[in-house]
Amino acid sequence: MAAEKMALAKAINESLRRALETDPKVLVMGEDVGKLGGVFRVTDGLQKDFGESRVIDTPLAESGIVGTAIGLALRGYRPVVEIQFDGFVFPAYDQIVTQLAKMHARSLGKVKLPVVVRIPYGGGIGAVEHHSESPESLFAHVAGLKIVSPSNASDAYWMMQQAIQSDDPVIFFEPKRRYWDKGEVVTDAIPGPLHKAKVVREGRDLTLAAYGPMVKTCLEVAAAAAEEGRDLEVLDLRSVSPLDFDSIQTSVEKTRRLVVVHEAPVFFGSGAEIAARITERCFYHLEAPVLRVGGYHAPYPPARLEEEYLPGLDRVLDAVDRALAY
Amino acid sequence: MTVESTAARKPRRSAGTKSTAGKTTSARKTASAEPELVQLLTPEGKRVKNAEFDKYVAGITPEELRGLYRDMVLTRRFDAEATALQRQGELGLWASLLGQEAAQIGSGRATREDDYVFPTYREHGVAWCRGVDPTNLLGMFRGVNNGGWDPNSNNFQLYTIVIGSQTLHATGYAMGVAKDGADSAVIAYFGDGASSQGDVAESFTFSAVYNAPVVFFCQNNQWAISEPTEKQTRVPLYQRAQGYGFPGVRVDGNDVLACLAVTKWALERARNGEGPTLVEAFTYRMGAHTTSDDPTRYRGDEERQSWEAKDPILRLRAYLESANHADEGFFAELETESEALGKRVREAVRAMPDPDRFAIFENVYADGHALVDEERAQFAAYQASFADVEGA
Repeated sequence: MAAEKMALAKAINESLRRALETDPKVLVMGEDVGKLGGVFRVTDGLQKDFGESRVIDTPLAESGIVGTAIGLALRGYRPVVEIQFDGFVFPAYDQIVTQLAKMHARSLGKVKLPVVVRIPYGGGIGAVEHHSESPESLFAHVAGLKIVSPSNASDAYWMMQQAIQSDDPVIFFEPKRRYWDKGEVVTDAIPGPLHKAKVVREGRDLTLAAYGPMVKTCLEVAAAAAEEGRDLEVLDLRSVSPLDFDSIQTSVEKTRRLVVVHEAPVFFGSGAEIAARITERCFYHLEAPVLRVGGYHAPYPPARLEEEYLPGLDRVLDAVDRALAY
Repeated sequence: MTVESTAARKPRRSAGTKSTAGKTTSARKTASAEPELVQLLTPEGKRVKNAEFDKYVAGITPEELRGLYRDMVLTRRFDAEATALQRQGELGLWASLLGQEAAQIGSGRATREDDYVFPTYREHGVAWCRGVDPTNLLGMFRGVNNGGWDPNSNNFQLYTIVIGSQTLHATGYAMGVAKDGADSAVIAYFGDGASSQGDVAESFTFSAVYNAPVVFFCQNNQWAISEPTEKQTRVPLYQRAQGYGFPGVRVDGNDVLACLAVTKWALERARNGEGPTLVEAFTYRMGAHTTSDDPTRYRGDEERQSWEAKDPILRLRAYLESANHADEGFFAELETESEALGKRVREAVRAMPDPDRFAIFENVYADGHALVDEERAQFAAYQASFADVEGA
């Protein structure tokens, strides 16, 4: 297979198609994933090609979707379930936290639950309430789950392959506002490890660490900062649990400054964990405290205010200025 | 206390507790009809005919009947031993099944080896039927693990503590069975309290929509800790099935023969592609919810006494004796076996070692996790620091 340019949503679609083709145990299930192809068309055409038994339109009950996926996994299937929007995952939160995350340990390793929970997440699309949230920290706090979020089409394709192959449950956060961003996908390349961060822009003055939708924002920040003579490194974390602290540490030991950016609220967000651990690991290298840019401790605002709430170019540049001022 | 037929009983209790016990409640009148209850053995141990369900136990031999009796006696003995072990401080907690032996042994013995069972945390009798060593059930109650058996060895899932969660797992598993084209069936256990959980409602929806081969076996033991069934429902629980489009049946949960017959029927429906069934086993939790509970705060003795008269074990014994299916030698031998089981369980629990402290970090993930590795190493260094001090 050669390289192909495709949108991030299409890359996930192609990855699901490949998984359905190569492993008869893979199932796709969720609300409207069949004929409609999902509200974002991520599963477009899959039911037509693989049938209703493998691409399953479910009742509108998120706990039921995840709970039955657990049962299917116990039977030997590898379900990939779609939660339609970030804010709709909470009816399934109990099943995810009390069962999906813990059954492997409870069984002393006898039971494996290779379930992928896909969640389109984040804001920036002018949606109504409950359609723009970033709840990744609520899952990262739970041992037994793995949390990843691709930022580009190639990662979306390969990380989905790896998530499906993982014997652990994976919460796959899809940056919905980047669904239509195109990128090159090489479908016969051997991918790197799922939980390893990537330096997507090298720099010397400061490290910007982000994942999912904020990676693009950080690259724009780095480009803008470069015009002012500042050389920023951008680290695409890709995985929130586990977090690749080694890669962050390597970068920070070089740049000596770190700004973490995510859409999720700053308070108890992944940035807090990164700040704490990197301070511990890099105390004598840091020239400035680790700064965070993210959402506020308020419900996600109505769409006409979301640009104020979301970390954008200017807010991240402001944090960069503050970090460099130390 | 007069012996009263379960079938003939009025709705068992008013909405109140002790003060109103014995009166029939007007709220119950809203139920569409007086619940019918499948019964093959009366509380006095008299075999009664049932046109619909007799055929499911028609070929049962005296030996099999003695086997059911043995299962119930040994399960009760095991349960009593576990309660005693909790009182002695050997277990942190125990959830007794006292009074529910017929519901569990009848339904458990109806399952086939390739069927799959999804229990709550009280299905000690079902575990017995599935061949799970009873001492394995005690690890989680002693606090040495959170589930000490391989679910796939006996097709008996781990105990599920969060109420109702397992009904969805059972449904998903059954969906998988159907996809595989197998003729196995799945049985999910839950209680009257769990019937209020959204997960149970969702499992009814999913199983109905996908015609999943699953039996929902609800042991209505009348009490969800301190809350009577009236706090969970205004209709008899088995009638809920109707709204989802599959049959529901109430069975005398203290009648092992009826439980066996009705569960066989329901499992057969599942195997034949006829989809889910709800069985409500009408029974009684004779003991406390768990060893931490104090039922004297919310229910009276007279209720318990009325259920003692319907004891599942005494009833089958009466039948075995009247039908000359068992002699004194059988009962004496069983008594010896029963005490031996108690002794074995006692010794096994006392010998159960505490887990290695590093078990905290084991099996958190199947494929490993960098943070777990890091924290394990920190923990090891911390532990090793004591060795340094001791060595100094």
